[in-house]
Amino acid sequence: MDWNLLITQLMNGLQLGLLLFLLASGLTLIFGIMDFINLSHGSFYMIGAYFCGTIVTLTGSFITGIVVGLVGVFAVGALVERFIARNLYVRDHLDHVLVTFGLILIFDTLVHLLWGPSGMAIPLPDVLNGQVGLGSLELPTYRLVIIFAGLLVAAILYVLVAKTRLGMLIRAGASNRVMVEALGVNIDRLFLFVFALGAAMAGLAGMLLAPITEASLGMGNDIIIIALVVVIVGGIGSIKGAFYAALIIGMIDTMSRSYLDQLLLLVMPGNYAETAAPALSAMLVYILMAAVLAFRPQGLFPPAGVKI
Amino acid sequence: MKWLPATISGRIYASLLLMLACAPFIFEWVHQPFYLDLLSRALILAIAAVSLNLILGFGGMISLGHAAYIGIGAYCVGIPSYYDYYDGWLHLALALSVSASFALLTGAISLRTKGVYFIMITMAFSQMVYFIFLSLEEYGADDGLVIYSRSEFPGWLSMDSSSGLYYWIFAVLLLSLFFTHRLVHARFGRVIVGARHNEQRMQALGFNTYRYRLACYVISAMICSLAGMLLGNFTGFISPDMIGWARSGELIFMVIIGGVATLFGPLVGTIAFVLLEEFLSAITVYWHLIFGVMLVALVLFGKGGIHGWMSMLDRRSADNG
Amino acid sequence: MADCLLKIIGLTRHFGGIVATDNVNLSIEQGLIHAIIGPNGAGKTTLISQLCGQLKSDSGDIEFDGHSIVNDSTASRARRGLARSFQITSVIMPLTLLENVMLAVQGNSGHSFRFWSPVRHDRVMEAAAMSSLAGVGLAERAGHIAANVSHGEQRQLEVAMALAMKQRMLLLDEPMAGMGKEEGAMMVDILDRLRGDITILLVEHDMDAVFSLADRLSVMVNGHVIATDTVEKIRANHEVQKAYLGDSHA
Repeated sequence: MDWNLLITQLMNGLQLGLLLFLLASGLTLIFGIMDFINLSHGSFYMIGAYFCGTIVTLTGSFITGIVVGLVGVFAVGALVERFIARNLYVRDHLDHVLVTFGLILIFDTLVHLLWGPSGMAIPLPDVLNGQVGLGSLELPTYRLVIIFAGLLVAAILYVLVAKTRLGMLIRAGASNRVMVEALGVNIDRLFLFVFALGAAMAGLAGMLLAPITEASLGMGNDIIIIALVVVIVGGIGSIKGAFYAALIIGMIDTMSRSYLDQLLLLVMPGNYAETAAPALSAMLVYILMAAVLAFRPQGLFPPAGVKI
Repeated sequence: MKWLPATISGRIYASLLLMLACAPFIFEWVHQPFYLDLLSRALILAIAAVSLNLILGFGGMISLGHAAYIGIGAYCVGIPSYYDYYDGWLHLALALSVSASFALLTGAISLRTKGVYFIMITMAFSQMVYFIFLSLEEYGADDGLVIYSRSEFPGWLSMDSSSGLYYWIFAVLLLSLFFTHRLVHARFGRVIVGARHNEQRMQALGFNTYRYRLACYVISAMICSLAGMLLGNFTGFISPDMIGWARSGELIFMVIIGGVATLFGPLVGTIAFVLLEEFLSAITVYWHLIFGVMLVALVLFGKGGIHGWMSMLDRRSADNG
Repeated sequence: MADCLLKIIGLTRHFGGIVATDNVNLSIEQGLIHAIIGPNGAGKTTLISQLCGQLKSDSGDIEFDGHSIVNDSTASRARRGLARSFQITSVIMPLTLLENVMLAVQGNSGHSFRFWSPVRHDRVMEAAAMSSLAGVGLAERAGHIAANVSHGEQRQLEVAMALAMKQRMLLLDEPMAGMGKEEGAMMVDILDRLRGDITILLVEHDMDAVFSLADRLSVMVNGHVIATDTVEKIRANHEVQKAYLGDSHA
């Protein structure tokens, strides 16, 4: 039993889970409160990575890159909400799908125009590039940073949503939008904030991951699907649900990629296991979603009072 | 059956079909074989759009995963060809049965959901198909699969030439249009259309809407797989890229600009889409940007959004083909 | 005692902490018009929803024509002959009156997995639909789109559809709601003529209509049926008077 591999993979699973959480939390809020399907949420992920990369190249400081990048993505998110999304809340979901699909095309091409077709590597400061010793294990520092950052954001989000008045409005809005409007709250500003916050978190995820994988065109388009799966499995509108679902899915995805072939070897001959494993591990997440939709369509941790 | 259409739009469509029938000769005559290729591709997508219109336009089931069936159809040509099985009837049987099985399985689950859940679950299932094919190293995975010879239908028109394949495509398109027309006006179609407008009412009338919708979904998938078969033959190259949800989004767009719940809408919409794509990409490599802006503007500023257009077109033809 | 077409036995439904229908027991005789009245919040609409299958019941049984249907779907109850007319008119708006009724006829004549013959060429179905429309006086309006006819006519359309389905029992949830005087009188007339052929269970607030139509009257309060009898006896019933006068915030 290769313990090193196991620990590494567990960490990877945790890391993926937390990144998915950053993406999914914004998505689930936007969906739960504004009832708006945002397929272009992955574009914020991409934009965050590119913004950060550019700032890092210009200033040499990773921290500056992150901070300025966050502000930048928040601004882009606010603009999208103000001029596009806001007009669509009353419309059909089909309209949301079509518009955000168009937005993806626009963002992808804009990024292509501004940064060119090849990706952008984001150099890490040396202090983050090394390893940290934990007992007999050597763990990459940066991964620990990502995990720490993800947990920190989760904690901040929890405090925001559970303990502040703003958070209460958000939670109320997720269960009953009409009521919140009737209470005279400035809905426009609330929605703008939620949307931009969601965008910023997606951007943060992109920024955190880009040093490892490189910022590239259309990088958000595949991960957005998994984020949507997380939202469904967790329960639309539920941050808690997004958290647990993201971790579960992050773990399942990572662990199955590493260990499924060995598991399958127990029940089928070598070459079948080898071919089936990658396909099956890709499918597992969707099978989970299908199961949730079949047996508990409101999600594993739906916001209180939500019925399907 | 009356052969001369009574309405103006009917005559326009009939002329369109007539022109399409003569297309190979026309393009041969003006020495522009490229346009025959363009048209072939458009008509293949039109078949897929007609199938999507059946569930989306007439049935109100918004699937963001229909491209998966194009992929399935294409691989049902590609994989047997890889093993040197070029029998067209085999390809056909495979395409129909695999797509029907997959549609039955995923439809049974998806159709228990509504609205946005349905959209997302269809999208997710098609991603699943994408990843399955992506992981099949044997059949090219990311690099795709090349086929060296087209499907063979001994005794029938050969697919080997451009015009030969074109007429196969045209024939399948005509059959799909005709079949859809009959379906929509028959008992089955009335249930599907009724369920789109008011599902509760239909249930109160005694219709098990779930079963009818599932059947409709399976039929639609099977027709779409035919498009996939033809696409595989046409391009000679089959890759998972055919399957992504962006492809499904494009299909939806083609159905919408043509006019949902109309018989010829998908055909017109697809031709318009392909021509637009050609035109824009000739202008700039960043044509996706223009396209995206057009899409956003269309939805935002079209009267009442796409649905306003849809119901305007809808009212004009009142769910008739 | 005539046959009981519908027997409701101990039917109960909770919503969280609230008991909407509480151990409801009721028998509806065949061929009669049976009305349920009661103050708002008494559980009348919940009961109707449970009867037609839209709401699952927490406990109890529903026997229709001797069969237990409490676990059946809406569609299968409709096929058995028990159908509901909606409180908010629910016809298929973009279709014509004739097309609406033809769907009802279609639902009642075998399965619809027929993919080939156009429905508009089916003379038999059309005739059956037209006769149902005639039965409610809408024959001349057959070609009009349902969305474009008056509210009252839409209600009549629903009754026509129920007739076309050869329903044995109609569940009518406030059929008079939103109707003017003339339309209301027309509806009362239609329902009156249906008596005997169809059994009708109706929930209604319009007392004039109820008193003129009902063969039997049940009063529901707080999820219970507190009395079931003829109209005269109910009007004289002290419990009922207390229920209405006591619950003065309607």
